[in-house]
Amino acid sequence: RFSAVFIFSPKQAEVEETLKRIQTHKGVIGTIVVNAEGIPIRTTLDNSTTVQYAGLLHQLTMKARSTVRDLDPQNDLTFLRIRSKKHEIMVAPDKEYLLIVIQNPSE
Amino acid sequence: MLLMSVWSCFFGQDEEDGTETGEGDEWMQGKTLIKPLDQLDLTEAELKEEFTRILTANNPHAPQNIVRYSFKERSYKPISSVDQLAVHFVLEGNLLHQDSDEARRQRAKQGDVEEGGGEERADSVESKAGKKEQKITNQFNFSERASQTLNNPLRERGCQTEPPPRANFSATANQWEIYDVYLEVLQKQEKNKEKAKAVPKKDDDKGKKKMMLVETQSDDITKVAKVAKIIERMVNQNTFDDIAQDFKYFEDASDEYREQEGTLLPLWKFQYDKAKRLSVTALCWNESYKDLFAVGLGSYDFTKQGRGMLVFYSLKNSTFPEYIYPTTSGILCLDIHKHLPYLVAVGFYDGCVAVYNLKEETLQPIYKSTAKSGKHTDPVWQVKWQKDDMDNNHNFFSVSSDGRVVSWTLVKNELVFTDIIKLIIEIFDNVCRPAACGTSFDFHKQIDYLFLVGTEEGKIHKCSKAYSSQFLETYNAHNMAVDAVKWNHFHTKVFISCSSDWTVKIWDHTIKTPMFTFDLNASVGDVAWSPYSSTVFAAVTTDGKVHTFDLSINKYEAICQQPVVAKKKTKLTHIEFNPVYPIIIVGDDRGYVTSLKLSPNLRKKPKEKKGQELPKGPEVEIAKMEKLLSLLREPENSNA
Repeated sequence: RFSAVFIFSPKQAEVEETLKRIQTHKGVIGTIVVNAEGIPIRTTLDNSTTVQYAGLLHQLTMKARSTVRDLDPQNDLTFLRIRSKKHEIMVAPDKEYLLIVIQNPSE
Repeated sequence: MLLMSVWSCFFGQDEEDGTETGEGDEWMQGKTLIKPLDQLDLTEAELKEEFTRILTANNPHAPQNIVRYSFKERSYKPISSVDQLAVHFVLEGNLLHQDSDEARRQRAKQGDVEEGGGEERADSVESKAGKKEQKITNQFNFSERASQTLNNPLRERGCQTEPPPRANFSATANQWEIYDVYLEVLQKQEKNKEKAKAVPKKDDDKGKKKMMLVETQSDDITKVAKVAKIIERMVNQNTFDDIAQDFKYFEDASDEYREQEGTLLPLWKFQYDKAKRLSVTALCWNESYKDLFAVGLGSYDFTKQGRGMLVFYSLKNSTFPEYIYPTTSGILCLDIHKHLPYLVAVGFYDGCVAVYNLKEETLQPIYKSTAKSGKHTDPVWQVKWQKDDMDNNHNFFSVSSDGRVVSWTLVKNELVFTDIIKLIIEIFDNVCRPAACGTSFDFHKQIDYLFLVGTEEGKIHKCSKAYSSQFLETYNAHNMAVDAVKWNHFHTKVFISCSSDWTVKIWDHTIKTPMFTFDLNASVGDVAWSPYSSTVFAAVTTDGKVHTFDLSINKYEAICQQPVVAKKKTKLTHIEFNPVYPIIIVGDDRGYVTSLKLSPNLRKKPKEKKGQELPKGPEVEIAKMEKLLSLLREPENSNA
């Protein structure tokens, strides 16, 4: 009765596909998945950039989330968009993970 | 020489003088052996002779036979023991005991001599004497005798336990964290209540436990699913930013200059790789989630029948579908339940009907009709959900080319069918004709039992759910198959029909002839009423054009005729209005779905009269339509 999942379950394959689509989308420079401690677990950028992005954005997202929830505890942060001159950083927090995507929208 | 003589006395052996001297020489002079000249030459045997010497304590000078005269026995008797003591040296000592007489006499003499010295000296002598009485440590042979017991060797024995594991913990206590914790506790309590109510099954628990273990192993990626979806939508929004802005805000300003005409602004284009060779056979908006729509993919071509697909798109993500369900047979029609947005009824080319539940994770339908359970023998052209029946079971209707209109009820795990009506062609010349093929139907919005069925012969039958063999009315609508028949959303009497004979006709169901007829120069694939106005409708034709009509503005012509597909050979197959937003979606035979925005001219509401408030609501629409119809009826009446 015990079934060990060593291969990807269909849900996992779906998520992998979604991430792949995002990475190959027009204008997307990089994707980073960060866990709850602020450690990047998946990235398409180089190591130093990843670590920098992960650390800084993690803190910012926590702050943003705290702000939203302090104003109304029943509310929660869905996503955070930082548009700069060069590109746009999109952060979507989850209970345990953080997904960061850097896109150049004008490309 | 003295030593040597002493030695000879003691041992008393004269023969050995030579050897003795030799030995003595040896002893005194060191190690080198020098043979003196007068040494005896002895043979080996003689040399080896052993001579024993015995040392005794006897004094050799002591007389051995001392006699004493004994008066008792009047003779000389030898003394039994002779004193062997030989005194070598005697020295008389001159120590006196201090308490003896002589010592006292001496002390006294000494005291007399020193008294003449003075009284001071007497003191000092006395003090000296006093001091002398103290014990003074002797410099020469004073030994401090200390003794110490044996000290036991010290041993240190310590033990240390392993330190308990430590972890750093830090947390913040905000209002929302407290709220979260409360919610969690509440949920747990509710779960416990549910568990207490439900009958516990051990097997399930085991299975769940094992499932839990498996889940924690692969914990990383599946939980990112929701977030990844949000990000994908954001990324798409960025890429298609201008389209999103247009969708929301763009209103064609040039419509003011165009009197009656309007335009369609192309927005997103939806396509799925794996559906490229299929054509869009059905479109349906979701009533609850206004940005979600379903696309049924299959093929109208009789020779090219293969697989099909059921795909759901959201306007928020135009690059990839939200849900994908591949099917073995091409889909021809679908309908989403009005109140339960996750139930979808689908009709297939092979005659089956199926119901999908979007909440389920499987790709299989939750219900599917089989040959045993009354599936159609011909393609199913239309399905429609109905209100729940008296047992609160969901049910839907289907119409097919085999001439049957069937009602399907979802009873627990089964799909139960009931034939509602059989479409028969009227018998001419007593020749039995086979059952007519139904190609479309529509149910009345208000009158529940009333519905219309369009057939392949071009007739439209008005039927009732109550009567299974007879039609209430038959309209000779078209010369070719009726592709779509739709009731008006507002006016209860009006319906529209379209056909491959290039025409679109509007009817009043009480009158046997059409109110309006429009010729569109090409086979009409589909027609749809707009949800916001009773006089606006749109039709798509196989030449790739969308024709939009507004009867209150122009009764004879379309106010917009626009090709919407790039390639000219693409045929448009279906069209649907979004219930809320001013957009339409159009499906074509290459598997693409294009969304278009209606320009303001196409969405005109009746002009308000000066001074009066603009009346809103369906009554206005009904009134509008009624006005049109009355205009038409009057000349008819006058003619008749």
